[in-house]
Amino acid sequence: MARQKLKAIVINRDWCKGCGICVHLCPKKVLELDAKDKAVAVRPEDCICCRMCELRCPDLTIEIQIEEGDNE
Amino acid sequence: MPVKDYLRERFFPHMWCPGCGHGTILNALIHAVEGLRLNKNEIVMVSGIGCSARISGYVDFHSLHTIHGRALAFATGVKLSKPNLKVIVPMGDGDALAIGGNHFIHAARRNIDITAIVMNNRIYGMTGGQFSPLSGPGVKATTAPYTTIDSSFDVVQLAKAAGASFVARSTAFHVKEATEMLTKAITHKGFSVVEILSQCPTHFGRKNKEGDAVNMLNLYKDNTAKLGSKALEEKPHLIPRGIFVDSERPEYCEEYDKIIAAAMKEKAS
Ligand SMILES: Cc1ncc(C[n+]2csc(CCOP(=O)(O)OP(=O)(O)O)c2C)c(N)n1
Ligand code: SF4
Ligand code: SF4
Ligand code: SF4
Repeated sequence: MARQKLKAIVINRDWCKGCGICVHLCPKKVLELDAKDKAVAVRPEDCICCRMCELRCPDLTIEIQIEEGDNE
Repeated sequence: MPVKDYLRERFFPHMWCPGCGHGTILNALIHAVEGLRLNKNEIVMVSGIGCSARISGYVDFHSLHTIHGRALAFATGVKLSKPNLKVIVPMGDGDALAIGGNHFIHAARRNIDITAIVMNNRIYGMTGGQFSPLSGPGVKATTAPYTTIDSSFDVVQLAKAAGASFVARSTAFHVKEATEMLTKAITHKGFSVVEILSQCPTHFGRKNKEGDAVNMLNLYKDNTAKLGSKALEEKPHLIPRGIFVDSERPEYCEEYDKIIAAAMKEKAS
């Protein structure tokens, strides 16, 4: 499978409850909680687009947007 | 259709506690429905009472939020009157197997085409942490300060013995697997049961010193193993995950239609 290219990690701050699931279970440590206990993408360049954060988030807060038509 | 279009966004953020596994089950279910490209007008969600049951408020399907333990009875009525609709019934462990245990086994026995999801957090979340028939022995709960002595039901074995024609188990850690199982369960013709282990950090986690939601999810990873895996063979005490039953059996609404047809024929002659 061609490697997918990340367009954006969209996080809905109003819905995030700071549970830390996305932060601790991301295989690439892309996400962190900020001073307000909201998830933020601090290292988006490391994201492998596995979408585990999007699927595991109990608050349906994260959307992994993938660059379309840009697959090798 | 984007995932968000299946949600009633006006009710978000939802009422579940931070890190509650029930939210992840909603997430998996929405992804399953989206993957199947189902029209939301073709889906009915029926739920009872409990933190789990609140799920029916968040989906933009037809929905009925009914009474504790009786969701499957309401769902049976809906399905018999509108057999073309997909009927999905998410339930808590108390809802499904304490007060609702009888409805559960009889829906399985009839093999009515309904998808039942047991959101198993092994405790009564909504009412403050009483133990349930799925807690198992050695668990602390508000009603068992010195730990429980009751054995638990094995949902998979119970559903299988009662006649469910699709039976699967996953956890809120294994979301991709859970989504696949939900997809198959919704497509399956007959009574489908998907048990999904779901963390309640607020009551079960706190009382049983299982730590926060992340820690509880890691326990699901460590304490379960895939059916047929080497890990399960070597450590049979692990909780098996996978599809346990996927079979064909006469479906209740279709059998009922045959009775109607036979009666009409006799009347006409
Ligand atoms: C007939 C009836 N009996 C008891 C209750 C009180 N009650 C509300 S929710 C609940 C149990 C909730 O536990 P569970 O079904 O496991 O769902 P959870 O909240 O853990 O998701 C009980 C006993 C009720 N609402 N109606
Ligand atoms: S998993 Fe969701 S709710 Fe939890 S911290 Fe991450 S974005 Fe926020
Ligand atoms: S998609 Fe995967 S790698 Fe990227 S942030 Fe989410 S969990 Fe991390
Ligand atoms: S009490 Fe438990 S089951 Fe209910 S919302 Fe909170 S974490 Fe979830």
